[in-house]
Formats: sequence, structure tokens, C-alpha cells
Amino acid sequence: MSQKIKDATIPTIPLGARIQRWVGRNLIKIYAFFAFTYLFIPVAYTFAFSFNDSGKSNLIWKGFTLDNWKNPCGAPEVCNALGNSIKIGLLATIFSTILGTMIAFAIGRHKFKGRSTSNLLIFLPMATPEIVLGASLLSLFLVFKINPGFWPTVIAHIVFCISFVVVTVKARIASLDPRLEQAAMDLYANEFQTFRRVTLPLVAPGIAGAALLAFSLSFDDFIITNFNSGTLTTFPKFIYVSAARGIPAQANVIGSAMFFLALTIVIVGQLVNRRRVR
Amino acid sequence: MRKIRTPYLLLLPGFAFLFTFFILPIINLAQTSTQTSVVGGDTGQYEQTLRFANYIDAFVENKEQFGRSFLYAILATLLALAISYPLAYAIAFKSGKYKNVLLVLVVAPFFTSFLLRTIAWKQILGEEGFVVPTLRTFGIISESTTLTSTSFAVVMGMTYNFLPFMTLPLFASIDRIDPRTLEASGDLYANGITTFRKVTLPLSMPGVVAGTLLTFIPAAGDYVNAAILGSPNTKMLGNVIESRYFKVVDYPTAAALSFTLMAAILILVTLYIRKAGTEELV
Amino acid sequence: MVKASIEARGDLRLTRLTKTYGDFTAVDDLSLTIAKGSFFALLGPSGCGKTTTLRMIAGLEEPTAGSIHLGETDITTTKPYQRPINTVFQNYALFPHLTIFENIAFGLRRRGKSDVKEAVEKVLNLVELPHLAQRKPTQLSGGQQQRIALARAIVNRPALLLLDEPLGALDLKLRRQMQIELKWIQKEVGLTFVHVTHDQEEAMTMADTIAVMNEGQIEQMGSPADLYDNPETAYVANFLGQSNLIKGTISGNDGDSQIVDLYGQKISLPKSRSHAVDSSTYAGIRPEKFRISLLETPVKGNVLSGGKIEDVSYIGVSTQYQVEMPWGQELMVFEQNDDGVAPFKKGDAVNISWEPTFTFGLRGDEDATAGSEVAPEVLDEE
Repeated sequence: MSQKIKDATIPTIPLGARIQRWVGRNLIKIYAFFAFTYLFIPVAYTFAFSFNDSGKSNLIWKGFTLDNWKNPCGAPEVCNALGNSIKIGLLATIFSTILGTMIAFAIGRHKFKGRSTSNLLIFLPMATPEIVLGASLLSLFLVFKINPGFWPTVIAHIVFCISFVVVTVKARIASLDPRLEQAAMDLYANEFQTFRRVTLPLVAPGIAGAALLAFSLSFDDFIITNFNSGTLTTFPKFIYVSAARGIPAQANVIGSAMFFLALTIVIVGQLVNRRRVR
Repeated sequence: MRKIRTPYLLLLPGFAFLFTFFILPIINLAQTSTQTSVVGGDTGQYEQTLRFANYIDAFVENKEQFGRSFLYAILATLLALAISYPLAYAIAFKSGKYKNVLLVLVVAPFFTSFLLRTIAWKQILGEEGFVVPTLRTFGIISESTTLTSTSFAVVMGMTYNFLPFMTLPLFASIDRIDPRTLEASGDLYANGITTFRKVTLPLSMPGVVAGTLLTFIPAAGDYVNAAILGSPNTKMLGNVIESRYFKVVDYPTAAALSFTLMAAILILVTLYIRKAGTEELV
Repeated sequence: MVKASIEARGDLRLTRLTKTYGDFTAVDDLSLTIAKGSFFALLGPSGCGKTTTLRMIAGLEEPTAGSIHLGETDITTTKPYQRPINTVFQNYALFPHLTIFENIAFGLRRRGKSDVKEAVEKVLNLVELPHLAQRKPTQLSGGQQQRIALARAIVNRPALLLLDEPLGALDLKLRRQMQIELKWIQKEVGLTFVHVTHDQEEAMTMADTIAVMNEGQIEQMGSPADLYDNPETAYVANFLGQSNLIKGTISGNDGDSQIVDLYGQKISLPKSRSHAVDSSTYAGIRPEKFRISLLETPVKGNVLSGGKIEDVSYIGVSTQYQVEMPWGQELMVFEQNDDGVAPFKKGDAVNISWEPTFTFGLRGDEDATAGSEVAPEVLDEE
């Protein structure tokens, strides 16, 4: 009897059951892996085809080349479109970040009459489909005989970026311990000094995040831009228009470059943030 | 005195801007929607006649696209929820020290222009891509079946493009759940499914609401996915509005359609928020 | 005016201070003077108005009515940064984006002081953490953060230092240690400390003077020994330690004492310790002042007979007894385990006796349970 127990010290589980248990325990991780694969397939495809020796139409793999990366402006119009997108993105980011941050401070830091109406006014542009935003702005510009183009596009981008900035910055303000500002006042900092030395540095990561978000929203926008830009070409518009006859590989180069650039900015930002706090 | 004025001064520039370039255009849009073309006038010349029948005409004429817009948007939202919830859960609870890295990875595809990615899907799923021949070889789809130019492709593209909008708010609210509450639920005789139904899901409800809204709203108004991945048979309301503006120059119909779309979305959203009982959206 | 307020020195005087939030009165017509150089504690349960009082002194809340003077200067409406007053906040409120050095230098820099470096180093030495100057607050332990918060306040040499539950987030052992250190630092720098706490032991350890607050008003103010030995109200008697309050009637006088009838048994109570306004009274005795004796043992002083031991809890240094009296009340008795006499057993019939001078008398119309069932303060620990 006792001999038998000794023999079977470690009961072996059949391999099939072990695999089944492993899958059961890691099911959610396997699921997540597939979800990430789904997310990255087109990115990988875009990246891969940026090396395609494709000529005009980048539809079929024709061979590996670095030419597209060496000469990203090789295709006509592409860098002009990119430049417009960057210019519009920067302007929209600057204005929407300033205006949105001011609103976020007003709503997040003060109690006043009309606060809930203000919240509604911020929510509405986010609840409005882009096509309605774009179409309605175009109608207004047409009424005032303003031709679609660069500045109408900038204005349109500011409209939809403001709400996202407000929401992002407001969340940061809400997570701020009010005692920190009180401590600053207690330590002889007047209202302005308290804002400059304590409030602003602590909210700054939120503002930076909001600005990054605004820029990526603006840079990637097509629908609203399409309505308000007239003959001006932006990068997304360039892709959409050239999609019919094949997108040059240079567009893939720029798209991939943006991907790596943004990734670097986010990672560096997180590292800096971690060092600031720790 | 200064204390009372401060918030209004802070709001003034932003709200003046939003009033001019958001509220005014919407009002103007409403006004355009009841205009009719000038008899004997040029193309694109309209006058105000308060013709509310524009709405009925526009709706009747496009009810198919209308239905499709909402059907596709709902399908894409549900699919995105099904994909995002486990993903957000895995990132929040199962990723350990890689949490931030994975979170960045969710957003990362965003930085490649969404048009490039949508077109990448078109080419991957297209006749020259590798998916269709593979499926045909294994006999999963017949020789005549295509993946692009179908409702499937449009809904899949929309799901894909709005996925981060779903995942991020879901993650934010799942991440806030104290894992000890889940252990407590298990301790109190709830099995995995009951714990999910009675503890995890209710606690993550704000994220579900925010995520579904952030996905549904842009999806309902989208026309890019339908234009790139679809066919004339998958046209959505966005495609109609776009072509009324740019090709037909029929501003009143486009305005009426825009307005109806916006109103329908707002009503749906309001009902949904009431039902879900979450006001903390903004 | 601004210059004058920041240079103000002297006693802190609160006059008829009131703060209301809508219908709720947080601080109700409160007047009190805190002498320069003293260690003063505001003691009370959550919601008694002590923190609101402190915040009004700091300038973080504006009083609804009343005034605050520092020496001869009226500082009722001056801004927090125009007052020579600094606060050690609950949970410390150290600036997470600044180093320890910059946290401490913050106040000095705002006032444009020279020799910032020297002053910061000196105060870091005082709190014994000079090696942490270049760290960020999140890298510090709770006790270290507490000391830095203290250093950040006292480096400014304020006329008044306010401490808002500064030890609440620390564990018991660290708290006891910090209490002693705080007391020592106060002596060392000679500032006026105003300390807000719900912990009666903490208040009694540290403060020269304690004001017990209840519902926005001061119940009683005095030295720790005064408050403990001669409480004037049932609230104070119960909130500071434990008390046995026995209902009775004042039936006569005997020199400096009153004769009080407690359910038919007569005891004596010094007149100086009686706060009754008519013949109805509560006689109060602290549990450790009681002595228990078996019926046959002769006893002196005040005696209540007919008790029966209901419960015995041995807790090492002492033994706690619940003794049921003939009128149904259970009295609590703490006996030191110092005399080697065998403890009494459950069911023993006993007499209870005590020195008449330890008795205090309260008004007979009071609620004898006031202050005894106050929930411990819930600290918000984010």
C-alpha cells in the first residue's frame, strides 16, 4: 500500500489535458495576441510595401528597393501634400490647445452659472458626425463667399480638436490634488505664482498629451478636410485621390515614418514623465 | 469680483470660436435644409421657401442608405466591443509590467494614416492579395466570391478603424477596478461567469458606454470605408451627403440628410445614455 | 497692509468666528486666544469644525462672520500668502514635480529671501534628512515625507504653524515617535503650533493646551490634566478617555464638598469640581480611580455597595472589570495588576470605593453617552 503511494509520487497529467489547461489559463492572452495581429496587419503591409520597387502603382510586390525611402518626395505632389498637412496640423494644434486648455481650466477649476451648458457645448462637437461638421462649415463659408482652402481647413480642424483637448486636460486637472495649490498659497505664492509654479507644471503632461492628440486627429483627418479644403491637397486627401490609380510607394514611406516618429515621441514622453515624478 | 469673472473670461475665446464655427454653421445648415432651387436660376442657386417636405423627400429617397448607415454602425460597434473588451481586460489585468507598452501599441496603428491602412485592407483582401487565393485554394470561398466590395469588408474596415476608440475608454475603466473585488466575488461563491456579470461588467460600464459612443458616432457618419472597401450596393448616408454636395450640388437635400443624421444620432445617444445610466461622459 | 500682515507677530485671537455652508454651520461663534509660543491642540471627531477652523486661520476658507487677529493685526480677509502662517497638510501635499530641496525652498523663494541654500540645509539637518535633498517626494517613505512637510513649513519661520492631522497617515509606532519629535522641534524653534487632531492621546501627549470641539463650538479648553481630571461636560468626559457617569441628586453640603445621593447611597464631591446648575447631577469617576473590594474588607472614602462582577478582562498591565450595580448600571473598573492580590472572579459580590477628590460633577440634564460613541475619523487616504 505505502509502496504504491511512493511509486506514484507525482501523478502525471496527460499531455492533451495539459495543453488544454494551458490554453484555458492563457485564453485571454491568446485572444489579445490575435487582436494585436488584427491591429497591425495593415501597418505591417504598408511598411512592407514602402520597400516595393513598384513604379507608379503600388499594388503588387515587384521587388525590394530602398529608393522610396531615399527619395520620399519622389512622387509628384506627395511632399507638397505632406507639408500642407503638417502646417494645418501645427496651426490647429496650437490654437485648439490654447483655447481648449482655457476652457478646461474654467470648467475644471471654477464653479459658475452655466457650467453644465458649457459641458454640453463641449460634448456636442464630439457627438456630431464629421460629415455634418464638415458640410455645415462649408455651407457657412459659402454663405459668406469664403472660398474653401487653407484657413477654412485650419478653422474646421480647430473646431473638432477643441473638445478633445478640453476632455484630456480636464481629466488631468481633475486628478490634481487641490491641496497642492493650497500648499503653494500657504507658502507665499500668489495666484499667478501658484499657477505658474505648481498648477501649470502638474497639468503640463495633460496639455502635452492633448496637443499630441490634436495633431494626430488633424493630421489624419480626411472627411472634414475634404469638405473645406477646396483645391488644397493634404496628405490624406492625396492618398484618397490617388487611390483610384494606385498610391505611390512614397506615401507608404511617409505613413510608416510618421508611425515610427509618433511612437518615438510617445515613448520618450513617457520616459520623461516617469523621471519627472520619480 | 475677479473670482466671478475669471471662468467667463477663460471660456470667452473658445466659446466665441465654437459659436461662430460650430453653432452658426449648424443653424445655417438647418436653414439650408428647407430651401428650394430658384426657378430658372443657375445650378447651386437656392432660396428659402421653408419647404419641410425636403426632409421627407430626402428620407424616402435614401431610406436604404439610412438603414445601412445605422446597421453597419451598430454591427461595427458590437464587433469592436467584442474584440476590445477582452483586449482591454488583458492589458489591465494580465500584462504586468508591459501594461504601458501594450497601451501604446493599441494607439500606435493610428499614426499610420487611416486611409493608408484602409487601402492596405483593400489590397490584402482584394483579388491580388494573399487572403482570397488562400481561401479559394482551401475551398472556403468559391471562385466567384470576393471579399472586397462587400458589406463584410465595409463593416470590418469600420470595426478596424474605430477599434482604439473602443479599447482606450474600456481600458481606462477596467484598469480602475480593484482586482481584490474580483477575488472577493470568487471568495463569495461566484464563478467566473457570475463574477464577470455581477462585478466586472457593472464596474466597467462607464467605459462600455463611452467606448460604444465614440465608436458608433463616427461610424454612423462614415463614408470612407464604404467608398474604399464597398461597392455601390454598400453606400451609406455619408456617401450620399458627399455626392449631393460635390457632384449634384443639391445643398438642401444634403443639409436635410445631415440634419436628420445628426438628430437621429443625438436621439439614439440620449436614449442610450439614459438606459445605461451614465452621465459622466465628458 | 500686505507688508504689515506678513510681519505680524503675537497671540492668535479668534473672535466670534463663524462658518456656514448653506444650512450647515461648521464653526459656530467661536472665540479663543492662543498664546504666542504655545503648543495648542484642537481636538474633536470628524465634522466637529476643527479643520474648518484651521483652514480659516490659514486663509484657505473665508469666515462667514467674526475676525482673526494675529497680535494687533487683523488678518481675517488677507490671502493665505499674505499671512505669516504655514501649514503642514494632511497627506503632506508635497509638490511631486519638485525635488525635496525645491519643495523646502518654495516659500523662501516666493518671498525673495537670500541664503536659501543655507536655510534649507539647516532645516534638513533639523529633521535629520540632509541626504534626501535631491530626491523627489514619491521616493520618500511616509515618515520622511511628513518630516519634509514640516521642514517646508518651519523653514519660513512663521508666526504660527498649523498642523492638520499631520500624523494621520502614519502607522502607530511611527506616529508615537513623530509625536515626540514634533514636540521637541517645537521647543527647539519656539514657534506657536496649532495642531488639529481626532486622536485624544496624540493631543494629550503633545499639547500644552487642548480645546475639545463639538458641533462647531469649544466644549472645554485647558491643560491635558485639567480636561482629564475635571471635565465640565459629559462630551469631554467621554471623548477624552472613559468615564463612569452615575445619575444622582445633590442632597446637602459638607464644608467644601457636596453630598450627592446616588440611588440611595451617599457620596461626597468637591464643590470646586461640580458643574451642576441645580440639584440634579451626574457623578463622574474615571475607571482607573475605582477600587474593588470584597464585602467584608473595610474601605475608606466614597463607597458604593451591592456590586456584582459581570465580566473580567485581563489585559496585562491591568484588569478591566464590568461591575453591575443594584440600579442596573454597569460600571467599568480598571485595576492595576501591581499588588499581587488575586483578581476577582465573575459573580463576586463587591463594593466599589474611591477617593472623594477624584469625583467630578456634571449637569444632571446632560446626555450621559455624549461623545462616547463618536466614530473614529475616516481619513481620506488616496
